[in-house]
Amino acid sequence: MTKVLNRRATVARETKRTRRRRSLLAVQVVGELLITLGVIAVLFVAWQLWWTNVEADAAQGAAVKQFVQEHQAPAPNDPAATAPGDTKGAPAVPVGKVPGHGQAIGVIYIPRFGADYSRPIIEGTSQDVLDTLGLGRYAGTAMPGAMGNFAVAGHRQTHGAVLDNIHTLVPGDKIYVQTADGFYTYVFRNQEIVLPDRTDVLAPVPTQPGAEPQQRILTMTSCNPRFGAQERIIAYSIFDSWQPLSAGPPAPIAKQLAALQGKG
Amino acid sequence: MYLWLFRQLPGPLWLKILLSVVILAGALVVLDQFVFPWMAEVTHLTDATVGQS
Repeated sequence: MTKVLNRRATVARETKRTRRRRSLLAVQVVGELLITLGVIAVLFVAWQLWWTNVEADAAQGAAVKQFVQEHQAPAPNDPAATAPGDTKGAPAVPVGKVPGHGQAIGVIYIPRFGADYSRPIIEGTSQDVLDTLGLGRYAGTAMPGAMGNFAVAGHRQTHGAVLDNIHTLVPGDKIYVQTADGFYTYVFRNQEIVLPDRTDVLAPVPTQPGAEPQQRILTMTSCNPRFGAQERIIAYSIFDSWQPLSAGPPAPIAKQLAALQGKG
Repeated sequence: MYLWLFRQLPGPLWLKILLSVVILAGALVVLDQFVFPWMAEVTHLTDATVGQS
């Protein structure tokens, strides 16, 4: 009788023990999965804030170099060097053809962002363009030098942090856009912070849809605040002058261009 | 769980360690190429354009 009772007690003790072991195992597996999720979250932050910049900087630096070297000023005895209109006072401002989505339009130089700041300008504002290729031109807006609004978008943080310092622009700052035709100089006018749905900043006359454009404007959009995307920061610049590739780069970016061309 | 998985790997200890490193590297590649871009797209933390969010 006591033997049977003893055996029953042992069986009960054993099932209790296996049950406890099983629940401990479950807790361990869940815990390890949670730790894994935490590690992945940390890795994601590092990937977004650091690694995307490494990748984008390398790709964009190479793209700028390639564009600059493919669009060097023609030699002085080249007939293309003396473009018609050059002699008749102020030459008409040329407007390039719209390239295909993802194709290069040119290079932007903003000395305020650093003496060696240059980024590619690419056609289109889809994620594949903005994430690796550089600044993206809003399809349907004007091309550089055209009457109306030449609007581009770029990341504030991550993916090269193309427009990270957009808030440091001071009215009067020069912004240079190099295309296959030449150098367009814009002068920064002002910036504003708007909500993300304000597409009227892209209108030919920004914020006045339907108005007839009288000016050539460069509009840059980026996210605001830094490390956030609740708002958009918009920077407007006004067209100032144009010079053909044969005239060489504007003096403030000449040194930088020479370095990119491999002459410096 | 990970200890159990480690024990399932074949071969001697050095091979197990080598295999773990290879598997971890593979996981990082998958995260970088597929998972993180997808997470970035879903979270919309870095949108820079107007009217497309």
